[in-house]
Amino acid sequence: MELAAPYSNGSNPAAFDEMQGPEGGNRAAYAAMAEWLKATPQDILDYRRSEAEFIFRRIGITFAVYGEAEAQERLIPFDIIPRILTGAEWTRLSQGLEQRVTAINAFLRDVYSKREILRAGIVPEQLVYRNPVFRPEMNHQKIPHDIYVMIAGIDLVRTGQDEFYVLEDNTRVPSGVSYMLENREIMMRLFPELFEQNSVRPVENYVDDLLATLISVAPESAPREPNVAIMTPGIYNSAYYEHSFLADKLGVELVEGRDLFVKGNIVYMRTTEGPKRVDVLYRRVDDDFIDPLVFRPDSILGVPGLMSAYQAGNITIANAVGTGIADDKAVYSYVPEMIKFYLGQEPLLNNVPTWRCREEEHLKYVLDHLPELVVKEVHGSGGYGMLIGPAADKATLDKFRAKLKHDPSNFIAQPTLALSTCPTLVDAGIAPRHVDLRPFILTGRDRVRIVPGGLTRVALKEGSLVVNSSQGGGIKDTWVLDG
Amino acid sequence: MLSRTADNLFWLARFMERADCVARIIDAAQRLATMPRGTGPGTNEWESAVATAGCVEAFKAKYDGANIRSVTEFLAFSPDNPASIRNCVEIARTNARAVRTALTGEMWDAINSAWYEVRTFDPDKTHGEELARFLSLVKESALRFDGAAFRTMLRNDAYWFSRLGILIERADATARILDVKYHVLLPEQAQVGGPLDYFQWVSILRSVSARASYHWVYRDSVKPWLIADLLILNRQMPRSLASCYENLSRYLDDLAQFYGRQGNSQRLARAMLTKLENASMEEIFQSGLHEFIGQFIAENSKLGGAIAEQYLV
Repeated sequence: MELAAPYSNGSNPAAFDEMQGPEGGNRAAYAAMAEWLKATPQDILDYRRSEAEFIFRRIGITFAVYGEAEAQERLIPFDIIPRILTGAEWTRLSQGLEQRVTAINAFLRDVYSKREILRAGIVPEQLVYRNPVFRPEMNHQKIPHDIYVMIAGIDLVRTGQDEFYVLEDNTRVPSGVSYMLENREIMMRLFPELFEQNSVRPVENYVDDLLATLISVAPESAPREPNVAIMTPGIYNSAYYEHSFLADKLGVELVEGRDLFVKGNIVYMRTTEGPKRVDVLYRRVDDDFIDPLVFRPDSILGVPGLMSAYQAGNITIANAVGTGIADDKAVYSYVPEMIKFYLGQEPLLNNVPTWRCREEEHLKYVLDHLPELVVKEVHGSGGYGMLIGPAADKATLDKFRAKLKHDPSNFIAQPTLALSTCPTLVDAGIAPRHVDLRPFILTGRDRVRIVPGGLTRVALKEGSLVVNSSQGGGIKDTWVLDG
Repeated sequence: MLSRTADNLFWLARFMERADCVARIIDAAQRLATMPRGTGPGTNEWESAVATAGCVEAFKAKYDGANIRSVTEFLAFSPDNPASIRNCVEIARTNARAVRTALTGEMWDAINSAWYEVRTFDPDKTHGEELARFLSLVKESALRFDGAAFRTMLRNDAYWFSRLGILIERADATARILDVKYHVLLPEQAQVGGPLDYFQWVSILRSVSARASYHWVYRDSVKPWLIADLLILNRQMPRSLASCYENLSRYLDDLAQFYGRQGNSQRLARAMLTKLENASMEEIFQSGLHEFIGQFIAENSKLGGAIAEQYLV
């Protein structure tokens, strides 16, 4: 029986380690975990890890990586050492998240109606009107209950004891919540003893919260028990597992575009008993593809006439059409201003300082400091098309410089943050790896709901800051302790 | 339920059943091929295996001759054969992924594990004992899927659609086996029945796993007209045409009751069941076994079309 080598954050002293803190020793939240790690032999940890992998494969929790024909279905690496937050930390975070999502919804309402924030000169008009994800079809369009983003995933990073930053707002079709739920299931199955020692707040009520949220935003004209459906692009989509997982847990139909049709501005699904009306559509399909009559005419994923049914007020689409404008990484940089403008409050969560390359001075700074910065596409996601300056060689930097000059408004840049690290089981034992956190925020007609926790993504390669699953990232269970 | 979900359930069950049938065909052919051949024009067991699986043209387009290598590769693994075992399992799993929510965990598990395991076999190395291992894996997977469905599914439309898929496929497979071998089953051939014919008959029973059943039912040595009776008219035999239609008709009636509406598929199934119930082997032999089976295959596929039209689109 061999015990794992003692955990040390020595390899990367610049980053805040969530178990050991700045002084070494152990932070209170991790006290029981540290003891357990010390007492548990490495081979037991390895064995449990392989068991977890077996369960993932069996259940079929896979994802697809675009552009890789061979590995069409891959398993996401699951790390068995949970990431732990205290109740107090969570309270702060969840207040900040609610505030942020509330402001984003106010912004979307405004930008598609009165446009006060543009007229006040706070957000530049060009950034909105010239933006391809701004949907003129939604101008002055009344939508049920004025809620645009019902489901948001806000990416947070931590750099110190009390320092959390918002990295991105995902307001289109954020994914990952099935991992949050499955990670917990697997941890409870593999490590029941840990849940006895630590008082971990549950996350499984997410499913009920999501259903309650979706039902609450049904059109006024819908029956008392509205028919909710989840719309997927199909089995080849990278998040298909999640779509079917959610449909199963919610007990609603998982539909594809071809299962739906529109007649008399009402959306129906084709069933073995004939057409059945759909009142709320939680769509996991991008705007571009939902209705070939209005958006991309070549889309075979969508439903012809869906937009006109939406515009007639006969269906709720979640998230609303046009929310991509709040997902834009240049618009992101104005969210603190939105919070002040719409809510009259100081932001509880900070943004990462962001250079908008569309502005000449910002671009100049970015070009001059490229090796220190992280550069992202304004509409990018999944870590695709991103540059990490400190990790890039000269050729990559030069290539990116040319890209930036060619189309500056397509990019933003941020300083490279020293993301916090968490103990992670790797081949050589337990070692610190960088993590981020994506909590999921649900906005219904009645209230905002957030389950304590979220999806922790971990960069498994030593020193790497890229946590995306498509780029070799893994996931962890995220614990929020009671108290 | 969504029409697409019903369609997926119907077809995934069909393809699991088809994988099982093809595995049995290979198994039977392999046994027969080990028998010493008498004089005279030897039948090529591997050609008849391809014919039984219903893919002669696709096979001829790809290979020059039918032998153990070419046929097992084609029937078990070839991506060019839409009905190869590997393709069947692949399609079944693709369909299963698309309707995860309509399957029980156990059913998904059966299909998903079958898919993972089938993929571990290298077509170039799967011979002899390894081939036997592969074939029993496929048969066991189909059993597991069937058993999982039987034990864990709610008895509602999802269950009935998956049963319909299995039964239409099974009736088709039984009819095709009979069609390819009908000449060795004709009564007048009995006199010429040497040892080779005997093994042909046994191989038919084997390919529908009915060897033991035959003896229980008839308490007689293997006789070709009794084999035909067992596989066509005997309602105790789960693979017989009569049994398939007894169940098809029953599940279609369950569906009609559930949805409160009868349709063309109920009528077609009942008509075929009545025909089988009133038939006798003498009449069938008199009017032509081959013709009878040919007509059955056509009508069975018409029923498949009617089910699709009524529920699946």
